Amino acid sequence: MKTDNLIVDRQNKINSIDLSSLLVKTEKVVLVGNPNVGKSCFFNHLSGMYVDVSNFPGTTVSITKSHYKGREIYDTPGVYGVGSFNEEEKVARDIILSADRILNVVNSLHLERDLFLTMQLIEMGKKISVLLNFSDEVKKRKIKIDVQKLSGLLGVEVIETAAINNLGFDKLDYAIENARTGHQQLDISFMIEEAVEKTNSRAEALLVLEGDEEIARINNIPAGTANEREKLYISRRNKVNEIVDQVEYEDSKKGEFFNKLGRLSLNPLTGIPILLFMLVLVYFFIGDFVSQTLTNYTENTLGKGVFEYYVKSFVADLTPVEINVEVPDAAQNITTQKDFSFPEGMNKLPTLKKEFEIVSRQPEAITTFHFQNPIVKLFFGEFGVVTMTTTYLIFLLLPLVTAFYLVMAFLEDSGYLPRLATMLDRTFNKLGLNGKAVIPIMLGFGCVTMANITTRILGTNREKTIVTAILQFVIPCSAQLAVITILLTGAGLAPLLIYVSVIFSVLVALSTILNKMLPGESSPLLIDLPVMQFPRAKNILKKTYYRTIGFMKEAGFWFFVGALAVGIMQITGLLTVWQDILAPLTTAWLKLPREAANAFVMGIVRRDFGAAGLFDMKLTINQITVAIITITLFVPCIASFVIMLKERGWKEGLSIWFGTWIVAFLVGGIVAQILI
Amino acid sequence: MTQNITLDKAKKGSALIVISLPSGETKAQLIRLGITEGDVVKCIERLPGGTVIVQKNRQEIAIGVELAKKIKISLK
Repeated sequence: MKTDNLIVDRQNKINSIDLSSLLVKTEKVVLVGNPNVGKSCFFNHLSGMYVDVSNFPGTTVSITKSHYKGREIYDTPGVYGVGSFNEEEKVARDIILSADRILNVVNSLHLERDLFLTMQLIEMGKKISVLLNFSDEVKKRKIKIDVQKLSGLLGVEVIETAAINNLGFDKLDYAIENARTGHQQLDISFMIEEAVEKTNSRAEALLVLEGDEEIARINNIPAGTANEREKLYISRRNKVNEIVDQVEYEDSKKGEFFNKLGRLSLNPLTGIPILLFMLVLVYFFIGDFVSQTLTNYTENTLGKGVFEYYVKSFVADLTPVEINVEVPDAAQNITTQKDFSFPEGMNKLPTLKKEFEIVSRQPEAITTFHFQNPIVKLFFGEFGVVTMTTTYLIFLLLPLVTAFYLVMAFLEDSGYLPRLATMLDRTFNKLGLNGKAVIPIMLGFGCVTMANITTRILGTNREKTIVTAILQFVIPCSAQLAVITILLTGAGLAPLLIYVSVIFSVLVALSTILNKMLPGESSPLLIDLPVMQFPRAKNILKKTYYRTIGFMKEAGFWFFVGALAVGIMQITGLLTVWQDILAPLTTAWLKLPREAANAFVMGIVRRDFGAAGLFDMKLTINQITVAIITITLFVPCIASFVIMLKERGWKEGLSIWFGTWIVAFLVGGIVAQILI
Repeated sequence: MTQNITLDKAKKGSALIVISLPSGETKAQLIRLGITEGDVVKCIERLPGGTVIVQKNRQEIAIGVELAKKIKISLK
């Protein structure tokens, strides 16, 4: 199956619609719906591929395309209506305009809200079928929806589904086949009559009248005024309310507990304790269980004890090596210490090899291999590309990153994030933002690159700029957090507190300065609060799985490249040159060892890799504090840099990128001068 | 019927009639979410600082104070 991800270029696409419909007979089926109604679940089912599913707006920010039974199928960002109020809407609008058939996914619990979009699609003259999703929830809450009547009133097929349980998936083919234009309202038809004659289609005519400047420009006619849009909107709203009155019967109160929890998490009085409680839970899960108990086992026992030992033993069979084995007792005293020397590899000296195996395979034994050949050293030595990188990636970062993704997925699916946004709205107002900014920032703790794209949900350009800067400067992504967690483990509370307060102060200073500098005003909060729920295990696990795989694929490659680069630089002596260049900064200003310069080479490629470079250095607690502050503030990874340039343009992107250099060394240095 | 006030002054738990919305894009967005002039909504929470959460049927919407100040309501 051919699948690809494309961020649609608006101008190109609009020009190519006519061409593609002439040349290719493949029909476009587009999934359309409000945010958070389960479009992606249907897309996953139809395409057999995976796209992220979340309980908050803004998950699907680009168009995803796949093929299904001879048709092209598209997933779109969730929108409350077809329009051009923000980037997501424009992306969705273009694909809707070019759609041959539309599957309109509707949240049965929010008919009044969702049918607004449905009515608009019908007025646009699009062939649609309605999928009434969450029909299981509706039954649970004792709400009755007269599907037949709704279908009659709209004039299109209406099918009950519950995507989460695969309910109604068998009727999707029927829904696609029978998509048709519904009953159009007479008054709206009358209003747009004139415009239809001047544009390509009824759909474009409606959008022009609703004030869409881009579509108006393409058709060379003036866009409708705000007044005209309002008239259309109110007429549509009344029609929707009328329909809902006829088809929906309420109601008994259900889901009380989560409703209540949702309410409580809104008010700072109760919401802050709830937030703190969750952070404590997260701390015990990640900071305690995963980063200590679990990774201690995976890194030392599995990684070093099993994986590295056997790989290195195998290499040692064939090449010159000196091996040191130490066996500590329970009190960490070394009871046995033995050195082995194999000038031509272990295989040449079978008896000594036997003895080595007996000594080194005692459960507590620590074995260190010293390979003689520089190339072998590069790949299998203490910092070897194959050995060390694999241990870092698979046995250290993987469990931690998985844990972070798991927590993020849980938060996303519970419907908590929009409530957190609401609670923090006033606080964010002081930073020139509204509460919605919490969503990309929180997502940044998962992956800054993804979060960068999510800034699209923000209302104005200045908000996008401020949040992008915050993400690139101060928010550590899960991989980096993992490394920081490890460095902080065992260092006590003080470095953590210093770290958090310094990073937080930079965040406040940064957004305050940008808020003062940037012209204009930020938009006030207006956010839809999704139903609060206990997330479905299946969805969370699936999401964590796919994100972790994605992370390993991307990070794995760069880790190996980075390790190889450092290894080669080490052999050729380039590393010393770089260390000399940065020495005044690293040793005098940041008061770190010269080798810390290595971390800054790698940090340009990947933030976590930069921080991982610090593992091997013997750092004091204060040096750790300085190092993690500097590395956190230092440049974002290559991937997020590229996405930032795409989203925010060259000028802004580069300013932020160079800004991180300055701020990282400035703030890190100040902390160093005070502490050390 | 009492006199008209703005939404940021609404009391928690009170039922309100929406008298007027600020025109332009915000209004369009509110209409999409299901709030139009003349509707009856419930103020289910009013946070310190003035962020208001209104409910219409099962739909809950959080509205920032700056926007709430521009929405005229009357108590029901």
